[in-house]
Amino acid sequence: MAEAAESRSSRAVKDLILRYLGSSLLVLAIIWLLANFVADPGRSFTVLFQGLGNGALYALIALGYTLVYGIIELINFAHGDLFMLGSVFSGIIVVNIFGATTNTPRNWGILLVSIVLVMVMCGFINLLVERLAYRRLRRAPKLASLITAVGVSFIFQWWGQQSWMTGSTPKQWPQVVPNGGITIGSVTLAWTVMLVIAVTIPLLVLLQWIVTRTRQGRAMRATAQDQDAAMLMGIDVDRTIAFTFALGGAMAGAAGMLYLETIGTTFYGVGFQLGLIAFTAAVLGGIGNLPGAVIGGVLIGVAQAFNDGGPYGLHQQWSQTFIFAILILLMVFKPEGILGNPTVEKV
Amino acid sequence: MSAQTADQPWLARTGEPMLEIANLSVFYGNIAAVQDLSLDVRKGEIVTVVGSNGAGKSTTLRTISGLIKPRKGTITFQGDQIQGKKGNEVVRRGICHSPEGRRIFPRMTVDENLDLGAFLQNDKAAVAAERDRVLELFPRLAERINQKAGTMSGGEQQMLAVGRAMMGNPTLLLLDEPSMGLAPILVDLIFDTIEKIRDQGTTILLVEQNALAALRIADYAYVMESGHLKLEGDAKQLSRDDAIVRAYLGG
Repeated sequence: MAEAAESRSSRAVKDLILRYLGSSLLVLAIIWLLANFVADPGRSFTVLFQGLGNGALYALIALGYTLVYGIIELINFAHGDLFMLGSVFSGIIVVNIFGATTNTPRNWGILLVSIVLVMVMCGFINLLVERLAYRRLRRAPKLASLITAVGVSFIFQWWGQQSWMTGSTPKQWPQVVPNGGITIGSVTLAWTVMLVIAVTIPLLVLLQWIVTRTRQGRAMRATAQDQDAAMLMGIDVDRTIAFTFALGGAMAGAAGMLYLETIGTTFYGVGFQLGLIAFTAAVLGGIGNLPGAVIGGVLIGVAQAFNDGGPYGLHQQWSQTFIFAILILLMVFKPEGILGNPTVEKV
Repeated sequence: MSAQTADQPWLARTGEPMLEIANLSVFYGNIAAVQDLSLDVRKGEIVTVVGSNGAGKSTTLRTISGLIKPRKGTITFQGDQIQGKKGNEVVRRGICHSPEGRRIFPRMTVDENLDLGAFLQNDKAAVAAERDRVLELFPRLAERINQKAGTMSGGEQQMLAVGRAMMGNPTLLLLDEPSMGLAPILVDLIFDTIEKIRDQGTTILLVEQNALAALRIADYAYVMESGHLKLEGDAKQLSRDDAIVRAYLGG
């Protein structure tokens, strides 16, 4: 009896520590951000803007993870590599095929056409992989499709290594978007970041509209919650899942193009690293939750930007450590993610 | 069948056959869940399939709905063979299914759940009328219309599951254990409602463990035991036969 009471009280103390540790860490993070702004407001705003741009990219990729996880509970490890393919495709289409290498109105038009093309290509590739591989494994143990996803990831990387893609070393393409940006006082708003944000926001709005307002979106949400029940409503579950893969692939394609226009180089391994960060963003926001993926992406983008470039940052060599430390801490204190579903539903 | 009918006059039924299952066998891996089952449902009837846990009742409904593919046998609905067709194809033909365990969409509102029930219906006016009918049959759902379905009680979820299936304006309504886990008073309410649905013109195939309650409202009944059909007959006759009740219906 006394033992039980003791263990109960020690658990209560542990809960207390966990709760206060969690909120004090949050407070520390906010203080750190504010300190950055106080120390050098101009630089901090520049960094914040940069972070929002990176965050938008992460969000676009994270959406693909979260869409697919939401509907069939698969962590699609090949998704980052699909993003890589998208970046390579956009180099090939914009520069090699259309020859757009400078900042002219015509080339901006080409950019617009190309982003649609790349989105369609990546959407189609994702759809094809679902049709050929994951669909057959839907009733198999989860590990089967997980390992398949890892395999697809290798196939995509191999594809990216072909000499007509990037080859085995990073390849540089000229950018249509000019370097630099608008400078207001000591704050610089980069053109590339403006492009990223200008493309990402309409895409997010479009995606949200599809999922919440259209018939196809209703089918997606129903399928995500209960596949058999969705089928009993007359929903074509196979087609709905395929559509979800296509949608996620298209977002990865858009992200690939924006990435290349921002950085200028890409190579076959770029999807692994960015994919992992984007996956972290999806988990951080609550995997399966679309607004969560965006919040997670922006949060990581901004935190990383301040770490890499802020006055009190740890600089780039700590970038990955910093991001994954955030992930680990969040998983300890809020395992379901920022907007995730906290409890398992009763059946 | 006809020879049997001559000996057992109560097996004779009027009404045209709507659903005919012939020699159906369904397996999960190597395990037979349903073996050589033949049954039929006629227009305007409540047909019930009763039997204990593991008798193969739910498997039968899931096979009709296209969630499982049978190994052998045919399922004929209004003249067309539908065995092995995809679930959405079966719904399109007018079979709606309120599944075992309710399977409502817990993170959606009652309203959204009902909308999904009418997923394949294009006629907006007809959907609105069907919705009014459902909310009239289950006034409780109207009270909870904007509540998340997962937060409702078991009885309310059951009403939603039945109501949602009705939203598809079915020719044949499949109901799987609508009384499961409900208080007796709610069971009565649900069964009264099922009778009303039949009286309004929907044919019903009802699967139940609560055999006596099911026989009370059914027109015709089949008794299943470990995957096999054991007996069939007029529901009232079966429920009055003490030997049968003792042997199969837990009376």
